[in-house]
Amino acid sequence: MIEVTNLTKTFGPKTAVDDLSFSVKKGEVLGFLGPNGAGKSTTMRMVTGYIPATKGTIRIGGVDIEADPNAAKFKIGYLPENAPLYEDMTVAGFIGFCAEMRGLFGADRDKAVDKAIETTFLQPVRNQSVDTLSKGYRHRTCLAQSIVHDPEILILDEPTDGLDPNQKHEVRSLIKRMGETKAIIFSTHILEEVEAACSRAIIIDRGRVVADGTPNDLKAKSSKAGNVHITIGAEADVARAALAANPAVGSVTPTESSNPGFSAELCPAKKTQTGELAAAVANLCGEKGWTLSELHQVEGRLDDVFREITRPDTEAA
Amino acid sequence: MPAHKNILSVFRRELGGYFNSPLAYVFIIIFILFAMGFAFLLGGFIERQEADLSASFFQFHPWLFMILGPAVGMRMWSEENRLGTSELLLTMPISPWTAIVGKFLAACVVLLAGLVLTFPIVITVEYLGDPDYGTIWAGYIGSFLIGAATLAVTSVISAFTRSQVVCLIVSVFVCFLLTLIGIPPLIEFVRDLGLGGLASFLQGSSFYENYDDPRQGLIRMQNLVYFLSVITFCLFATSVVIRARRA
Repeated sequence: MIEVTNLTKTFGPKTAVDDLSFSVKKGEVLGFLGPNGAGKSTTMRMVTGYIPATKGTIRIGGVDIEADPNAAKFKIGYLPENAPLYEDMTVAGFIGFCAEMRGLFGADRDKAVDKAIETTFLQPVRNQSVDTLSKGYRHRTCLAQSIVHDPEILILDEPTDGLDPNQKHEVRSLIKRMGETKAIIFSTHILEEVEAACSRAIIIDRGRVVADGTPNDLKAKSSKAGNVHITIGAEADVARAALAANPAVGSVTPTESSNPGFSAELCPAKKTQTGELAAAVANLCGEKGWTLSELHQVEGRLDDVFREITRPDTEAA
Repeated sequence: MPAHKNILSVFRRELGGYFNSPLAYVFIIIFILFAMGFAFLLGGFIERQEADLSASFFQFHPWLFMILGPAVGMRMWSEENRLGTSELLLTMPISPWTAIVGKFLAACVVLLAGLVLTFPIVITVEYLGDPDYGTIWAGYIGSFLIGAATLAVTSVISAFTRSQVVCLIVSVFVCFLLTLIGIPPLIEFVRDLGLGGLASFLQGSSFYENYDDPRQGLIRMQNLVYFLSVITFCLFATSVVIRARRA
């Protein structure tokens, strides 16, 4: 549905997006991650046809956005960053206006507006003026606008920004539900959101893709992924020495734990699988007669991956 | 998709924006107060004892529109730029022209409403004498054209900035210049310098000169072409500015 190839955008001497390529298929929810200023919004603005690309092509449902912008834009619903709205309209009036811009008039428009309002739970403020809305409602009004014409493609720039936890949850499940039948790109800073709603995630940093995969793939990239966390009932020094001597153990990092005994995170030795390490630890405890009160595999956290691959740039200005 | 339907949508939205806020009403009231006040106090409407509006009433319109035109039009694109709604509007499957024309027409209607509501002066002149309606019609048409031209100028300037105040000040200045370059004292001064060609050029490109004939009841093709060219050029320039701002 969305194919982006070798997309580049420069603002004067500054390169905001650098040779970016990715694609999103129908039924996929792509999470767009990256630190501030990584080029997420710029990419989305190019994909929606708001700003022209310096280089590269963007195809929306097979249509090149440069060649036939209106045909491409027709397929897209877009929630810009900060959810801009016309302050002097009512919620229903605003959504209706956006429906008309997308070619829905008369009864079609009214039906589409009703449906969008229902989907985004805006009934209580339907006829309220936009400038009197709370932030959550403003965001959802703009979200309603993006889905009013039931587009094949949704581009959402920080759709949960500024919402309270309940609203975040609602919007997330909405995205997930819509993702079954549409191609969706959404950007966020919140990593748990990626796990909750995305089928795939891309991390971009300084305009480049630095990681691309399912949330689980990404988590596996963490240096901590594959480690084993244990708690054993033994003297710390003795246990530590015994563990370090075991050939399956690469390194032992003591951790704090609320459980009594010695807690540590074990990194497997080279060419040792996580399972083998766990088995080795269990055997060791059996031999020594120690109680093994905790043994589990450490899952990489997206946070760690994110930090590891998008380290703040220390040299650059 | 038929573009005229979308122009109409933008037009209705903008008109709603004008009339749901005090702006349209403030403009209309101020315009009527000044137009009438000038006619009676400065234009000598009564003292002239003529059944004619060109010298007493229509004469002041270029100066009124020079300030009030930009005041009406300043929100056209500045407000979109400030709120970020331009990002929404320009990612809709419409051509920027649709939005530009829709906005311009809505502003014109506000202006037209002000002009139409000066009708009591026509009734007064009818009551006092026997006016030539052809002249009055020509005056109104000329006045509307000059107002629309100030709106078109404001449209370009507003596309440049996100600040309505900046847009207002710059637009008033540009409209002031476009009017000023045609006033007789300046033209004579330039002519006295021996720059006859320049004088004719300035005169021909000024709001003032092109309004002079319609004001006195004569709508000439060249004046129509002038105003329509200014409007078309400015709206085209607006689309160029909008595109340039996005790149």
